Amino acid sequence: MVQSLRLNHSHDELHKLINPDSSTTVNQNLRRYIRKTLAIVGKDVTTEIRTKEMVSAMFVFSLLIIFIFNFTFDLRAANVQTLAPGVLWVAITFAGMLGLSRSFVLEHDKGVLEGLLLAPVDRSAIYFGKMIGNIIFISVVAIVVLPVYMIVFNQPFTHFPWLGGIVVLGVIGLSGVGTLFSAMAVHTRAREVLLPIMLFPVIIPLILAAVRLTAAVLDGLLFADVSHWLTLLVAFDVIFIAMSYMLFEYVVEE
Amino acid sequence: MIELRNISKAFGSRIVLRKVNLTINEGDFVTLMGPNGVGKTTLLHLIATLSKPTAGTILINGYDLADSASQLRRFIGVVSHKTLLYDDLTAMQNLSFYAQMYDVVDSSIRIESLLKQVGLWGRQNDLVRTYSRGMQQRLSIARALLHNPPILILDEPDTGLDQHATQQLGDLLTEMGGDSAGSSENSNKRTTMMTTHNLDWGVSMGNRAVVLAKGQVAYDSQGGEISMTQVREYY
Repeated sequence: MVQSLRLNHSHDELHKLINPDSSTTVNQNLRRYIRKTLAIVGKDVTTEIRTKEMVSAMFVFSLLIIFIFNFTFDLRAANVQTLAPGVLWVAITFAGMLGLSRSFVLEHDKGVLEGLLLAPVDRSAIYFGKMIGNIIFISVVAIVVLPVYMIVFNQPFTHFPWLGGIVVLGVIGLSGVGTLFSAMAVHTRAREVLLPIMLFPVIIPLILAAVRLTAAVLDGLLFADVSHWLTLLVAFDVIFIAMSYMLFEYVVEE
Repeated sequence: MIELRNISKAFGSRIVLRKVNLTINEGDFVTLMGPNGVGKTTLLHLIATLSKPTAGTILINGYDLADSASQLRRFIGVVSHKTLLYDDLTAMQNLSFYAQMYDVVDSSIRIESLLKQVGLWGRQNDLVRTYSRGMQQRLSIARALLHNPPILILDEPDTGLDQHATQQLGDLLTEMGGDSAGSSENSNKRTTMMTTHNLDWGVSMGNRAVVLAKGQVAYDSQGGEISMTQVREYY
């Protein structure tokens, strides 16, 4: 590609570059799309490993929430089961908010979002790259915090795989819609305030389903009793990621 | 060839560009000048596909930018006063990342060659945040030329550079900005558009000067010698 870009191509050559034959390039385009998406994820992960700005802040914040709730509610055996699911999701959503609010800040402040938009990369690849990065960061924090939560709230570790699964499903939805809103908020002066105001009302169904599922796992309920909440959680993830995929281009472009 | 036909751009009720008509031939180095707020950056953003005109058409070799923006992006390289680089990645990581974005083949060879040309080979594994402003701008040029674009857009690339660094930048642009084909048999002059407030430097860099005033082309030296008197008069 690097040696082939000239404006003095013959008309046919240039036409091929601009309108490649669709039958031969579908697989190539898909591979390029995935490669670019993963490059964005890799770039975000490398930056985060180096700076630890987002993950460390989210980790400390979520721990603080769990301990503060533990102290303030004086969680005795009788009310632990009632309050524990809500505390977990308050910790995850508030810590996630902290991470999401930083998601596009670096890109925006240093102008590198412009660099990405100048490249021949589908805007949805930028969205998926940023979203997958956010899922990784928030999930890592949540999975690390989960054992601490189970100790503090006196929950058996046999619940860990189920809770881990629910957490990941919840984080996918949170990141899916949060990445879109983060891209919207980053252009405003009051971005730190605007993001939670936009995001929290939208993720109410997600939090509701996640809290109910968490409660069901802690209470040892049968799957059949709560399958509708799982359906809601999965449906939220699918619908909002699809919507964000379609809207992202209009958010990042003028 | 880049053709701007009756390009207008408004932000709300504020009209920045008014029916601008401009034809830039292949190989031209156009220095775009004018006071702050006259629409220079807006014009470059339109060509770079970062924004869309309110009215009018931009054609690149006959292709309408409105219809083929995503394909035409690979023909354009941009250097702005912002470096568009990630501070917390090394020069090598930055260029590798952008090489993937532009589908550059044999990227490691290309990156090494560019880093040598901009004099940063040897510091390729240092974080960009440890570079001076001049070094960052040189790396930014390497980033913009990574995919060897036939069109290069430079939006105030000399911002924040001292006289020596500006001179270095000019030398680098002359050395690297000329040929987009990479081999003598395909020799092809790169088309460059640059904005700057440094009139003397800008005029010395280009073979054509355009001055914008009140959102319109007030002076264009196309086909003739650049008249510094007229440039200063309309600036």
